[in-house]
Amino acid sequence: MNRPNEFNPNCPVPIQQYPQVMLAHGGGGKLMHQLIETMFVPVFSNSLLGARHDGATFSINGSRLAFTTDSYVVRPLFFPGGNIGTLAINGTVNDLAMCGARPLYLSAGFILEEGLPMETLWTVVRSMQQAAHEASVQLVTGDTKVVDKGKGDGIFINTAGVGVIEHNLTISPASVRPGDAILLSGDLGRHGIAIMAEREGLSFESAIESDCAPLADLVMKLIDAGIEIHCLRDLTRGGLASALVEIGEAANARITIDENAIPVREDVRGACEILGFDPLYLANEGRFVAFVPAPDVAKALDILKSHPVGNGASLIGKVNNESSAAVVMKSRIGATRFVDMFSGEQLPRIC
Amino acid sequence: MKYVDEYRDAKIAEAYGQTIARVTTKPWTLMEICGGQTHAIVKFGIDELLPDKITLVHGPGCPVCVTPIELIDKAVEIAARRDVIFCSFGDMLRVPGTEKDLFAVKAGGGDVRVVYSPLHCLKIARENPSKQIVFFAVGFETTAPANAMAVYLAKQQGITNFSMLVSHVLVPPAMEAILSSTLNRVQAYLAAGHVCTVMGYKEYEPIAAKYHVPIVVTGFEPLDILQGVLMCVKQLEEGRAQVENQYARSVRREGNRHAQQIVSEVFRIVPRKWRGIGEIGQSGLGLSEAFVTYDAEARFGIADYTAEEPAECISGLIMQGVKKPNECPAFGARCTPENPLGAPMVSNEGACAAYYRYRRFHLPMSSQQTQTG
Repeated sequence: MNRPNEFNPNCPVPIQQYPQVMLAHGGGGKLMHQLIETMFVPVFSNSLLGARHDGATFSINGSRLAFTTDSYVVRPLFFPGGNIGTLAINGTVNDLAMCGARPLYLSAGFILEEGLPMETLWTVVRSMQQAAHEASVQLVTGDTKVVDKGKGDGIFINTAGVGVIEHNLTISPASVRPGDAILLSGDLGRHGIAIMAEREGLSFESAIESDCAPLADLVMKLIDAGIEIHCLRDLTRGGLASALVEIGEAANARITIDENAIPVREDVRGACEILGFDPLYLANEGRFVAFVPAPDVAKALDILKSHPVGNGASLIGKVNNESSAAVVMKSRIGATRFVDMFSGEQLPRIC
Repeated sequence: MKYVDEYRDAKIAEAYGQTIARVTTKPWTLMEICGGQTHAIVKFGIDELLPDKITLVHGPGCPVCVTPIELIDKAVEIAARRDVIFCSFGDMLRVPGTEKDLFAVKAGGGDVRVVYSPLHCLKIARENPSKQIVFFAVGFETTAPANAMAVYLAKQQGITNFSMLVSHVLVPPAMEAILSSTLNRVQAYLAAGHVCTVMGYKEYEPIAAKYHVPIVVTGFEPLDILQGVLMCVKQLEEGRAQVENQYARSVRREGNRHAQQIVSEVFRIVPRKWRGIGEIGQSGLGLSEAFVTYDAEARFGIADYTAEEPAECISGLIMQGVKKPNECPAFGARCTPENPLGAPMVSNEGACAAYYRYRRFHLPMSSQQTQTG
């Protein structure tokens, strides 16, 4: 047998720049983070944007308001547990809730592809109406555009929302303190796997349904009960890991979490094992983390667990006293590891 | 979860760590072959449970990492053609070629699709008769049977608009290449459980005897790996060099004969270049004479590229266990998952990606800070 060329330490040319937008620029990971930090934030520079929260919060004539927007481009349009319409309402409702705001009014912009069956649009619109009703918001203004066939993916929806903040808490990464407990509102990863299974035709013993749900009612109950919430973040693209890394960086906090305390349903874990995915990075549409002072943990968990969208809640970690920003996880076998953001979306492994 | 949780038990893991410490009297260097094992070791922190005398080095068993840069360039060229639907396992899309990766081809308008099974390509081929469907067949013995089956069925079903860009590699020649190098420090191998599920482990027996190294066929869960380490260390301490099977719940000595049969029918053994390492004779699979019409390189008349790989990345040293990822000066500074110098930093099974993703808090703060840039 030939021997290899004697240890020739070679490697390819780096791909340092991105002359084109890549899918990963919207994947919720590092590339998207970079795009926002290097292009959008500096160009539109202002103090509200600089807070880097799920929405902007500001005061007008003594009223504190929250304002947010999100676009929905999911494929497939329909999946177990929801569709693009329910996502478009709940996603924006949840972004407002993460600002500690009571969601009030939403707008909806529809970009429809020529040839879309009217029946499909009708189903989506009815779902939006129902989701808005369940979240106690009204859809008060909107816009419709149609693009040529082949130039869209059936339906794209943008929603924006306004909510009112009726308390004196400052819910933001800047309020995170050493000693804060980190509560997770339920099991991870169902939305990501539900979409993946539907998109790729993967079937499991029973359908995994998206966790898509409005979170505002639960957040209002926590606030009304006097829980001193320091920070909230819903776990959408990029999952729990990206959310914690973002908060850790923004708050310059060292966060430790315990893998054994993080609930992941068995069917989701099974799908992850097959695909080589880490549930920590899977998308959710009805889950959030709350940073609260340690003395409030028991009461907050009681409230979470007694609510239908928070009944799987658990205490998963805490903020340490060290100043260097990082997320560190105690693994199942008791060792520790670093938790980082992914560059883009997770890719299924080869074998 | 059944068959998973019982292999991740913290108490048993700790007990294994203590047993290994008790039987270890000398320093030993063990290599795990498979990138899946490397990630399990780093992700679960398995090496933290081992005594200081045991060093784990990481092997070449990452199919993404060892696929030569020329093949990536060929994939990029084929995928950019307007008449082609290029299908690949997801992991390959981020691997840098000389100028770009497959994601960049996709962003530039190429029809690049992630598939979960090569057999799915046949469905795409039937649905798109005016397009050429090309599958990027990479991997070790583990992925070879399914890839072979796709070509076999294409021929049987008369599907002519399908071909494969083949870059298959074989484990035993790489193990021998590492052992016969003057820089070798590997004293025992944890062999890759899934490769052995297909191939069995008969072919490792002459290697264990010739080089006097223990080889333990090992699974991928924490307790599998700890037990594999213990079995290796016991052999080393007792002066034995045998092939043992830790992964008996999946692996038999003769392997999966049906899988081997389809592989030997569709493929033949060829010399293969390994990225970062160089050419190793008889270390790869190419399409056999009967299936050569399904060879994408011939079908698209792709010239024989020679691509020079620049010097800063030391992936070759890392994949042969000579260096660890964090010993590379570029690690985390000039080489990150966003701007990779080499494939081991982008692959789900690459050692550098594992260290970057799970290990940075072990590094001095000064090097952590440079990594975000």
